[in-house]
Amino acid sequence: MSRAITADEVAIPTGGKNYLNAEKGILSWLTTVDHKRIGMMYLASTLTAFLLGGIFALLLRIELLHPGKDIMTAPQYNQAFTLHGAIMVFLFIIPSLPGALGNFVLPIAIGAKDVAFPKLNLLSLYLYWIGAAFTLSSLLTTGLDTGWTFYIPYSASVSQTSVIAVTFGVFILGFSSILTGLNFIVTIHKLRAPGLTWFRLPLMLWSVYATALIQVLATPVLAITLLLLIFERLFHIGIFDPKLGGDPVLYQHFFWFYSHPAVYIMILPGMGIVSELIAVHSHRRIFGYKAIAFSSVAIAMVGFLVWGHHMFTSGQSELASTIFSFITFFVTIPSGVKVFNWTSTMWKGSIAWNAPMLYAMSFLFLFTIGGLTGLFLGMINVDLHLHDTYFVVSHFHYVMVGGTVVAFIGGLHHWWPKMTGKMYSDTAAKIACAFIFVGFNMTFFTQFFLGSAGMPRRYYTYLDQFQPLHAFSTYGSWVLGTGLLIVLGTFIHSLFRGEKAPANPWGARSLEWMTSSPPPTENFHRTPVVTHGPYDFPTTVDR
Amino acid sequence: MSAVTPSDVAESADKGDSPDFHVAHHFDTADTQFDSNRMGIWLFLVTEVLFFGGLFCAFFVFRSWYFDSFVEGHHYLDKQMGAINTVFLITSSLTMALGVRSAQQAKKGATSLYLIVTVLFACGFLVIKYIEYAHKIHTGLLPGAAFHGQGFHTSHPGTFFACYFMMTGLHGLHVLIGIGLILWILFRNMRGEFSGRYYAPVEGVGLYWHLVDLIWIYLFPLLYLVG
Repeated sequence: MSRAITADEVAIPTGGKNYLNAEKGILSWLTTVDHKRIGMMYLASTLTAFLLGGIFALLLRIELLHPGKDIMTAPQYNQAFTLHGAIMVFLFIIPSLPGALGNFVLPIAIGAKDVAFPKLNLLSLYLYWIGAAFTLSSLLTTGLDTGWTFYIPYSASVSQTSVIAVTFGVFILGFSSILTGLNFIVTIHKLRAPGLTWFRLPLMLWSVYATALIQVLATPVLAITLLLLIFERLFHIGIFDPKLGGDPVLYQHFFWFYSHPAVYIMILPGMGIVSELIAVHSHRRIFGYKAIAFSSVAIAMVGFLVWGHHMFTSGQSELASTIFSFITFFVTIPSGVKVFNWTSTMWKGSIAWNAPMLYAMSFLFLFTIGGLTGLFLGMINVDLHLHDTYFVVSHFHYVMVGGTVVAFIGGLHHWWPKMTGKMYSDTAAKIACAFIFVGFNMTFFTQFFLGSAGMPRRYYTYLDQFQPLHAFSTYGSWVLGTGLLIVLGTFIHSLFRGEKAPANPWGARSLEWMTSSPPPTENFHRTPVVTHGPYDFPTTVDR
Repeated sequence: MSAVTPSDVAESADKGDSPDFHVAHHFDTADTQFDSNRMGIWLFLVTEVLFFGGLFCAFFVFRSWYFDSFVEGHHYLDKQMGAINTVFLITSSLTMALGVRSAQQAKKGATSLYLIVTVLFACGFLVIKYIEYAHKIHTGLLPGAAFHGQGFHTSHPGTFFACYFMMTGLHGLHVLIGIGLILWILFRNMRGEFSGRYYAPVEGVGLYWHLVDLIWIYLFPLLYLVG
């Protein structure tokens, strides 16, 4: 490769065209195959879904201020929590991290011009939009009240809501997810820049890779499950419906065979982001690079073997429950490896107290709580007591929101200058982070107490004795919502008034920081050659 | 197999003598493009296996639950038609493989011929499938709640036919899609888009077609033969 040069020597063009202003007009965006533009469209779409799901969340919490009806009837409440869950899972968390951040960062970070299949990438985005349209069409018709899990037999023969539109939407969203995963696997295998060996990949990419493996290997099972569910509802084929000799537990097995690995589709990219945030903003070589890299793959693999822990009370055999419980505990090993390595990375680091770092630390704290409470639920005898209570609700919100969403927002602050070419107010961002951290804990730590005291999930009313804790949780949701609005305000302000971002505001060492902010359409003017690892920071720190 | 491997061809194409096909802008070499395409197809086939895997899993669950009904139900399937269809698909896989080979050797006419024969076998498969389906629907051998077949002595023949229709129906849909894909590469071949250096779409569709064949090789004995 005679025409290639080392990453450090890649000339950073100034004042020239970048991917944002290279072409103008809405059509140039809709027909683009540029991974950065597709990533930005994913970002805008998934954040809109986040806003919508968030509004549902706030409405749910307001309803729960007092026992009985506040603002919704019981059927309306069922619809609200179903749509909150379905929108957050299928339209926000699963597509947002690979679709938005993954799409934007991955090709640049490996020194490529684009993903391996750019047109397929655009198709994924269109499938996302079509799937979202089907899912959200339920809002205009009869809604959906099955819970985001679509459990049989209620979803097949009882519910009067638009189950078919939503499940078909999720079916299409699944293809979007599969194609994104397939694209990323091939891209990481085939398009790495010269010198960028597997062990020089930024850890973010190891987790995106592990995520993509799950997307490709688990999502097809969800597709066939939802297809069977649609046929069950339309034609009563008797695969799942117990009245016709079908097996509703088989549905749960199929559903969780996808949806448990899907939990790792959600959390793994978050873990990858946190690896970047902690190493870059501590300005320190990551501790235990290979351990973190392999633990991502280990989580992806073990994640396929634990789905039965969602079904301890569903009538699966005791032997199966025992085995699933045992393997569930196994997940703690790679997760623990990560947490300890991240903590050790900060040791003697030159820690920058900026917004991305605060988000990373929030993640460490919240994810640890989420992970440890998972152990309670993985234990069969404890789970029999806690199953379908607020303890479960709180546990998965600690992982999904405290883990993934906090990491996602942290990652947005980290890559925002690269994406937009603008800096944001770090002070405002830190205030927002504080609001989110406090509000989140107010909202959800309370729910551990509610759950262990016996408050069941998915009820619009409750016993009087739970009222103070429920009210406290609702106040917390307002603090959390305020924090998220400040994030939005900070970013909007940055877009219009932000200072121009330098190419490498954080002093990072991975390839995406070697090109200009925002990058040109082809990412690099010449294919870079990589001669060092992603975390080989100079020993003397100059900030 | 000729001594010249695909990647040799791609490399020589990259080394100066101008490639007579388009290497997309984001690939540094034609070799990378070739490898990426092939890897993408294989990954896609993996997802197909998992997609059908769910159905096979359901089949085995219900077969063990309602063994009597599955034995009784399978007597109502036409083994001769199933066998003819098996021969059709296996033969079409052979002609598809020959088509890919002649595309590699840049024999345009032979490629077209093989592809046409493949499509004809595929259509024959669907015609026979249609006759089978029509007969079953006529005699009320439908899945689940719609089942009203006469003379059954076991409890859940409807579940057997649910598995039968879902598995063969989705497989039939894949055959239909396969026909569309083969016609698409046939069209491109006739326009002279392929050469010894560039035949990736032919190979990709070929791999897909072999998978469709392979799934049927499992479906036929499980549904028609095993009692």
